[in-house]
Amino acid sequence: MQFNPYRRQRILFLFLVVFSSMLFGCQNAKKQLLATGESQVKLRQIQTRVFDTTDRKQTLRTVISTMQDLGFVIDKADETLGSVSGTKLDGYSIRLTATVRPRGKTQTLVRANAQYGMYAVEKAEPYQNFFTSLEKAMFLTAHSVD
Amino acid sequence: MIKGATKRKTFGVITTIVFLFSIGCAPKIPPEALVWNQETLKDRQLQTRRFDTNDEELVLQAVAGLLQDLGFNLDESETKLGIIVASKERDAQDGENLAKGLLLALIGVEMPLDYKQKLRASVVTFPASEGDFMNVRVTFQRIVWSVRGKETKREGLDDPEFYKEFFEKLSKSMFLEAHAI
Repeated sequence: MQFNPYRRQRILFLFLVVFSSMLFGCQNAKKQLLATGESQVKLRQIQTRVFDTTDRKQTLRTVISTMQDLGFVIDKADETLGSVSGTKLDGYSIRLTATVRPRGKTQTLVRANAQYGMYAVEKAEPYQNFFTSLEKAMFLTAHSVD
Repeated sequence: MIKGATKRKTFGVITTIVFLFSIGCAPKIPPEALVWNQETLKDRQLQTRRFDTNDEELVLQAVAGLLQDLGFNLDESETKLGIIVASKERDAQDGENLAKGLLLALIGVEMPLDYKQKLRASVVTFPASEGDFMNVRVTFQRIVWSVRGKETKREGLDDPEFYKEFFEKLSKSMFLEAHAI
């Protein structure tokens, strides 16, 4: 058999490629079940706003119409729980759930979370956009929670 | 000659690594996805009609009746918030898709033909803030699968004709419900 000086290099390359694929692409998929990218506190902060109203039902209905304005089709809603979920399909798919609940005696809290395709949306900007749209429909200012 | 082979190999490895990196990175949500734009109000007008009643239950019954007329099955409903969600699965083969597929087949490119589609309708009623009116807004979506079961399209349906026809039929359905037909 002829000795090939490039053989060892080739094996090294192959090994590198397989190793890097383990690092970047192939993390344990089951761990996705309880995985988050951001800390729970930070995530709640960017996904939550507070409005100066006590009308929970009206808030919920306004959330629904805002989602429709943004091109979502409502999938389901529950008045008792104060939740609504919808899907936007526009070549991509975004699924968004919003929950509405009272905060203290004078305020109502709205929290939204979204996934884009197969990925959790954990950046602040998309939520900021969502709440800006909701503010317009509510005729109220959205406060951040501390 | 050896030099060329090494170059090719390096190129191959770099491409592979870039590809693997791209798998690891989460794609970003389109920046305009959750922002109001010029289309927002136009879409709202297109998708909404005002009915001359404050009886939300009657309107919802008329909506459910109409969706059944159109062959939809109800998936979800929450009457306390005025929501009905329905869907149906139907044949997705159409002439344009078939013609495109045949043309591409002639030059040797295989295009999967559309086979099945899931059509979704979501209807929300919303009492008007003033007066005895009920706003009804409907939105449609569809997901299409090819013969091989691969998803080929996911889109909202925004042809004005769909909405016009839906509301014409809803008016009729309201009349039928009111007269218990």
